[in-house]
Parts: sequence; structure tokens; C-alpha cells
Amino acid sequence: MTDTITSPVAPVAPRGRDDLPRGAATQRLRTLASGSVLGLVPFTAYIVLFLGLPTVIALVTGFFDGDGAFTLSYLAALGNPVVLTTFGNSLWLSALTAVIGALVGAVFCYALIGAKPTGALRSVVDAASGVLAQFGGVMLAFAFVATIGIQGMITVFLKNTFGIDIFADGVWLYDTPGLILPYIYFQVPLMIITFSPALESLKPQWAEATAMLGGGTLSYWRHVGVPVLLPSFFGCLLLLFANAFSSFATAAALTSQGSQIVPLQIRGALTSETVLGQQNLAGSLALGMIVVMIVVMSLYSLLMRRAARWQR
Amino acid sequence: MTRTETARTDTAGTHTARTDTARPTRPIDDVHPGPSRRTRWIIVGILGLLFLVPIAAMVEFTLRKGLGGGYDVSRWIAVFTGGLSAAENKPIFTGLGNSLLLAVVTVVVMLVLLVPTMVLVRIRFPQLQRVLEFVCLLPITIPAIVLVVGLAPVYSVVARMFGSGVWTLAFAYGVIVLPYAYRSIQTNLVAVDVVTLSEAARSLGAGWLTILFRVVVPNIRRGLLAASFISVAVVLGEYTIAALLNRVNLQTALVVVSKADPFIAIIFALLALVFAFVLLIAIGRIGGAPRTSKPSRKKATA
Repeated sequence: MTDTITSPVAPVAPRGRDDLPRGAATQRLRTLASGSVLGLVPFTAYIVLFLGLPTVIALVTGFFDGDGAFTLSYLAALGNPVVLTTFGNSLWLSALTAVIGALVGAVFCYALIGAKPTGALRSVVDAASGVLAQFGGVMLAFAFVATIGIQGMITVFLKNTFGIDIFADGVWLYDTPGLILPYIYFQVPLMIITFSPALESLKPQWAEATAMLGGGTLSYWRHVGVPVLLPSFFGCLLLLFANAFSSFATAAALTSQGSQIVPLQIRGALTSETVLGQQNLAGSLALGMIVVMIVVMSLYSLLMRRAARWQR
Repeated sequence: MTRTETARTDTAGTHTARTDTARPTRPIDDVHPGPSRRTRWIIVGILGLLFLVPIAAMVEFTLRKGLGGGYDVSRWIAVFTGGLSAAENKPIFTGLGNSLLLAVVTVVVMLVLLVPTMVLVRIRFPQLQRVLEFVCLLPITIPAIVLVVGLAPVYSVVARMFGSGVWTLAFAYGVIVLPYAYRSIQTNLVAVDVVTLSEAARSLGAGWLTILFRVVVPNIRRGLLAASFISVAVVLGEYTIAALLNRVNLQTALVVVSKADPFIAIIFALLALVFAFVLLIAIGRIGGAPRTSKPSRKKATA
């Protein structure tokens, strides 16, 4: 463990190799190579300890009870109606916000075609997208409480100006429907980040070729642009789905009680002090999440490989 | 829309258009994949304004003068002049201090562990490139909330070895910044052809340490800087792991304070968002753009 922290570079350096005669170049290469394998050790150890081990523990705890005996009962809990409802909530929330986010984001990406890559517009959009998509979390929950909370700016404005009470049927902001707007708010920027490289790969020559064959802008999009971009689009859609499905901070900050979506249910299971063996329930929930994530991300990488065909 | 009389085959670069075919051709710039200027600004304007609403609402919220209505800037003044009560002050500044410490340690962990490995794989073990990439992008597939289930037992061991200081969280954060840091550094590594550089250095008799610190690192400093900045931004925004391992960082402190005084919490949230925005603008300026992992291709087609 200490090794990973204090001496990560040292094993990389094979000392005293410089005085070898020139003819021994191949031999020297070989010894260098064997020495430099050691250089991979610190990072590998770190990954095993802080990525591999936690993941394995998370997946395995679901198969054991509080005393360490093997059991399938927590796995069976995945079939529990409450858990199934939560998974259902997570899935439709992720799907809905992914579709809306992907469509809106794609329109925005379209608007950026032809903008100077180093121009002010691009830099501001890139940085703002990065902030909202990746680092918002808790802060986005605050933003939506300030916007459409009970005393939020838009809530008050609608009530005072048009007499519309958006919470006439009860306050939905702190329940699953309340997550839709904040989620879209970070899905659209993620779409912009992930989808705009695909649009940049559209070559100007293709537009020229279309023109030369007598086509217009519409036929360019119908026969060239859309078919080329479709795999990327669906790939990004899946990434957005995965992003919403695994997102925790916004929901946690917004809904202080209840477990409407899977990550919140894991929190409930982890922090529960009353029910014994809840840690293991968290494990089986984590397993369920990972299965969904693996399916989604495998499809994603398949689609991206298909998309890469046109990005050379 | 902006139809010109002649086909601009000469300005289209190296590709010469064959106009002697039977089909009638259109002027080359008659096909517009991109939007017109006006369309662009309409879309950007509408979406931009919609996305500014929540931010504006946060600002509006912090300026409210209490139940009587009206606005003033007293809360902002209180934040910047240290006029906060101890109850509000303490958790936020503890959290902020912890997050800054974590940002520094995470960057160190990332630089010390990831960079030499990436350089080594690039120069010496190209056959491991795909494995390294897979591992570095893995944290995208494993949600932080899943990771935390397994990190809890790991951290009970870590606490026994290193104590329960908040800085130990940086080991976990080093993992969640991996995808971002990897992309920034890899972009730069590919662009400067470190393989040739290191071969040149080695043929001049340089050892591994010399190659790493005097040849490779100076050449990828943009990528390193971008990776560091993005790691700082990720760490400052991290909530999941800190909250569930019961550590205090900026985000968990904000959640706690928001229950007692939402105004102060929102002011700090705004400041944090602005800070992250500035960091990301800086990354864009540095040029180690993290948004794409294929800069060499872009260069080739440009």
C-alpha cells in the first residue's frame, strides 16, 4: 500500500544501463522492458484496491447474509414489488430524460455547426456544458428549488401573474416527477458534449458531393447527414440514459425522504440502522444497477464502433 | 440561400469537381449542412435563455429581503465580509477546506499514479493500450453509488492504516476522475508523438527518469494541466461518496447548511458553479480539450 504512494516512478528507472556497448541494443531493450513492467505495478495495485475490490465487494455482498453465509434471499429481494417499482421509476425517468435531452441537445449541436471551434460561443458553451453536465449535482437541486420550489421564482411568478398554481395537485418537486426537469437540465449539456464531436466529423466534401449530384440541403440530410449520425445519436442517447440511471446527488439533495429511485434506495439500505443485513440488500441493488449499466454501456460501445466508421 | 453564380470548385481545396458528367450540377456551396446565422442565434438564444432561468432564479433567491418582499445584497455582503454566524460559517468553511485539500491530494494521486503508467504504456507497452483505456473509462459504467457500497468495507481498512482523515477520500476520488484525466492526457500524448521523442532521448543515452521528467512531461504539460483542472472541478462537485462514507466536503456541507439557511447555501453553490465554469474555460484555453479523444483525426481532416 505504501508502495503505491511513495515510489511510483522509481521502479521505472533501470539504473546503470547507459554504459552498455552499442552492439547490445536488442539485449538492452529486453532488459529495459522487463524492468519497466514494474512500472505498471503501482497503478495496477491502486486500481485493484480502489476500483476492482470495491466493485467486487459491492456485487458479492448481495449473496451473503449478515453472518457471512451464502444466501440468495437478498437477490430474491430484487423481485420484491417495492424494489421493482423503484427500478421501474429509475428506468422510465432515465429513458424520458435521455430522449428529451438527446433531442434538445442534438438541436443545439446542429445550431453549433459552423461556429468557430475556438470562438467565444464554443468556449462558453463547452465550459457551461461541462459544469452543468458533470459537476452540478447538489447545486442543480438548489437551482430547481429556487426556480420551481414552493417559493421559487417561476412558481411565484406564475401564481402572481397568471394565477396558475403549479402545485395545485400537491408538491411534486420532491417526488419522482420533480426530478424530470433537473435531470433534463444536466442531460442536454451532456448531449452537447458527447454529440458535437460526431457533427464535427461530417466532412464538407460530402456536402459538395451532394451538390454535385444535384442534391439540396434536404437531400443531404436525408441521404448523408442523418444516416451517418444515427449510430452516434443512439450511442449518445444510451450514454445519457446511463448517466441519469446512475445519478445520485441531485435526487439525494432534492428528496430528503423516500426512495423513489434505485440510488436513493441504496442510500436507504446503507444508512439504515434499524434493519439488520440492509448492507447486503444494498449489495443486491448495486448488482441490479450494474447489470443495467453493463447492458446499456455494451450497446453504447457497439454503436460507437459503428459510428467510428465515418469519423476517420 | 446565399447562392453564388459560379461553382466554387477552385476554393473547395484539393478536390476538383467533375462538371463534365451528364447530371446537372449545383453550385457547391448550395448545400448547407449547417444552420444560417439567424437560425443559429435563434436556437442558441432560446435554449441559452431557458438554461439561464434556474441560475437567475438562484441569484434572485439570494437577493430576497425576507418575507416583506424587495431585494438587497446584504447576504452577499455578509458572505464576503465574514459576517456570517458561526453556525453557518463553520460547516461550509470546513467543507470548503476539506474539498480543497481533497482536490490537491486527488491531483497528486492522479499525476503520480496515472501519468507514468500512461507514458509507459504509450512508449513501451502499446499492446496494453486498450486494456488501460478500458480500465480508465470503467468508472463511467460503475455508478458512484455502487462503488460506495464496496468502498465502505475498503475504507474501514484504510482508516486503520492511514487514520480516518478526510484526505483518504482522495484515493476514491482518484478513481472517479480517471475517465476525465485519462482523456485529457491521452489527447496530448497522441498529439505530440512521445514515442519518437523518447526514442530520440534514449538514443542520446537518457534513462527512464530523464525521459519522463525532462522529455515527456514538459511536452504534455497542457494535457496535465487540463487533467488537473478537470479533476479539481470533479472533486469540488463530488457528493455521493463523501455523503455515504460520512465525510464532510463542500457538497455535503452545502446540503446540511441548506436545511438551516438556504440563502447562504445557494450563494456558495453559485460561487462553486462560477469557479468550475472558470476552470473549464481555462481548460478550453489551455487547449487540452477534454471533449474529444480523437484530436489527431481532427487535425488530419482540418
